[in-house]
Amino acid sequence: MIADAWIASLPPGLLLILAGVVLPAARGVIRSAVLLLTPLALLAWIWLLPEGQGVSVIWLGLELTPVRVDTLSQLFATVFAIVGFAGGLFALRQGRTAELAAALVYAGASIGVIFAGDLITVFVFWEMMAVASTLVVLAGGTGARAAAQRYIVIHLFGGVLLMAGIAGHVATTGSTAFDLITGDSFARWLILAGFVLNAGAPPLSSWLPDAYPRASWSGTVFLSAFTTKTAVYVLIRGFAGEDILIWLGVIMVFYGIVYAILENDIRRILAYSIVNQVGFMLVGIGIGTEMAVNGAAAHAFAHIIYKALLLMSAGAVLYQTGKSKCTELGGLFRSMPLTTISGIIGALSISAFPLTSGFVSKSMISEGAVQEHLAVLWFLLAAASAGVFLHAGIKFPWFVFFQKDSGLRPPDPPASMRVAMVLLSALCLIIGIVPSLLYSILPYPTDFVPYTAPHVVYQLQLLLFSGLAFFLLLGFLTRTRTITLDTDWLWRKFMPAIGRLLGGLGRWRGWGGARSGLGRFLSGVTHISGPGALLARSWPTGIMAFWATLLLAAYLILYYL
Amino acid sequence: MSDPKAGVEKPLPPDHDHWLVRPRTIAVLWIGFAIVLGLTLVPDLLIDHHAEFEIEGTIAFGAWFGFLSCLILVFGSLALGRILKRRDSYYDR
Repeated sequence: MIADAWIASLPPGLLLILAGVVLPAARGVIRSAVLLLTPLALLAWIWLLPEGQGVSVIWLGLELTPVRVDTLSQLFATVFAIVGFAGGLFALRQGRTAELAAALVYAGASIGVIFAGDLITVFVFWEMMAVASTLVVLAGGTGARAAAQRYIVIHLFGGVLLMAGIAGHVATTGSTAFDLITGDSFARWLILAGFVLNAGAPPLSSWLPDAYPRASWSGTVFLSAFTTKTAVYVLIRGFAGEDILIWLGVIMVFYGIVYAILENDIRRILAYSIVNQVGFMLVGIGIGTEMAVNGAAAHAFAHIIYKALLLMSAGAVLYQTGKSKCTELGGLFRSMPLTTISGIIGALSISAFPLTSGFVSKSMISEGAVQEHLAVLWFLLAAASAGVFLHAGIKFPWFVFFQKDSGLRPPDPPASMRVAMVLLSALCLIIGIVPSLLYSILPYPTDFVPYTAPHVVYQLQLLLFSGLAFFLLLGFLTRTRTITLDTDWLWRKFMPAIGRLLGGLGRWRGWGGARSGLGRFLSGVTHISGPGALLARSWPTGIMAFWATLLLAAYLILYYL
Repeated sequence: MSDPKAGVEKPLPPDHDHWLVRPRTIAVLWIGFAIVLGLTLVPDLLIDHHAEFEIEGTIAFGAWFGFLSCLILVFGSLALGRILKRRDSYYDR
C-alpha cells in the first residue's frame, strides 16, 4: 500500500527524462525501442494513475506535491505522450542523438509541469524545459547557435520573472499549492508574465519564430508541441478568467497572421501560426467559462497534433530537398504525394475545416464568446479564422506543393517518417469525425454539438470565400526573399548599435585634456566587463576557494562582533 | 541529408506536365470551385440562422465576412510589410 502511494507520487515525466539520459548510450534497435516505447509506456502510466494528489513532501519548509492528477492534467499529458511517440517515430533517422536525448528530457520536463501540484515543482520542470529545448534548437547545426543563445536568454529571463513571482506568492499566501491564482498582488503579475512569455505573447514573442525554424527537420516537431502548450496548461490552471488574456490572445492571433502572410520560409510561416493558434487558446482561457476553457484545452490538444503534422510535412520537404523557402519550392506534389496529402490534412485541420480536429475544438472557443455575448470578440475571431485559412490553410500547401514547378523531384521520405505523418493525419480526421472521443476527456463535461447545419454552412462559406480571396489576390501574395522585422530587431540590431556608439564615445580622444567623466566611466566599464576583461575571464578554482574562505572568515568575524 | 535521387528536372511545358496542372484541368477546377461556392450560399435561403448577433443574420454572412476579412488582412499586411521588410540576409551582415 505504501509502495503504491509512492509510485503514485513519482512524477511520470521522470520516465522520459530517464530515457533521455540513457539514450546516448543506446545503439540500433535498443535506441529505437527507447525512443518509441517510453512514450507509449508513459501513456499507459498516465491513464493508470488514480485521480487526486499523491504524497506531499516537505522540502526546506515548503510543501511539494509532485503529482496531482485530474482530467485537465491527463488531457495534456496524453497529447504530449502521443506527439512524443509520433515525433520520435518521425525522428528515427535523425543522426544527432543529442537532439533526441534532449527532446526526451524536454518532453519529460513538460509532463513534469503538467502533473505538478505545487508552484516549486512547476518552476523546477519549467527551467528544465528551457534548458532541454535550447539543446534541441542547438542541435540544428551551426546556423542555430546564435538563435539558441537568444532563445535561452529570453527563457531564463522568463524563469527569473516566474521565480520572483512564485517567491512573492508563497511569501504572502504561505501556500505553495498551484491552483487558480487570485488577488491583485505584484507577485501574481510576475507569475502571469513568466507564463505568457512561454506562450509566445508579445512583446517578446519573436523568440519563437526566431529559434524554432533553426532546429533540424525533426527538432522543430518537438519544439512546436511542448513549450507553448505547457504555458497554455498553466494559464488554464492558474489564470482562467483573467481578462487581459483575451486581448493578449487577440493581438497574438493577428500578429501571427500578418507575419505569416509576409514570410517566405515555410517553417517560419508555421512558427508564426503557432503564435496565432495559441492566441485563440489564450482568448478561451481569458473568457474563462466552462465552455471557453474546454475550448482552449480541446484546441491545444487538436493543435499539438495538426501542428506537429504540418511541421513533419515541412520537415520531410527539408529532409529531402534541403530547402525550406517558398521561393525555392513548388510543384512537389508530383513526386511527394503522401507528404502533400499529409500537409493538406494538417492545413485543413488548422483552418478548422469541417470533419477535421480544428473544427470541433475552435468552435467551442467561439461558442464561449457567443455565450458571454462578446460580440466584438466573436467577429474578430471569425475574421481571424478566415485569416488562418489564408496564411496557413492554403498558403503553406500551395507554395510548397503546387504553385510554379520548381523542377525538384524528391520522392516521399523514408518509411518511418511516412508512418508518423499517416498516424497524425488519421488522428486529425478521427477527432474531426468523432468529436466525442475528445469531448469525453475535457476538463468539464460538455454536450456541445459542433455539427449543426447552420454552423457547418457558415464555416464552409467563411473558408471557401477566403480561399477565393487567396486565389484572386495571388499576385499580391507572391513571396520575395525577405524577412519581416520583429521585436528581436531591438536586441539584434538596435542595442548592439547603441553599444558600439557608447563604446566609441568611451574611446574617443577628443574629450580634451581632462577626459569627461562619462568617457572615463565607459572605458572603465569596458576595462572591467569587456571581452577578455576582469569580469569576463574564467577564474581558476583556487581563487574561487580563496575568496569563499575570505568571505566565510569575514562572516565569522562579523558574527562574533 | 537530401536524397541523391532528388534530381532537379527542367520544368515541363504545361501541356505535357502532370494532368493536374494542365490549363484544361485548371479551368475545370475553377468552374468546380465556382459551383461549390454557389452551393454553400443556397442553404442560407432555406435554413433559419439562429443569429446571436444582428449582423451575423445577414444573407451569406460567412461568405462576405470571410472574403472582406481576407482583403483587409492581405492589404494591411502588405502595408506593414513595406515598412518592416528587409532582405533575408539582413541579420547576417
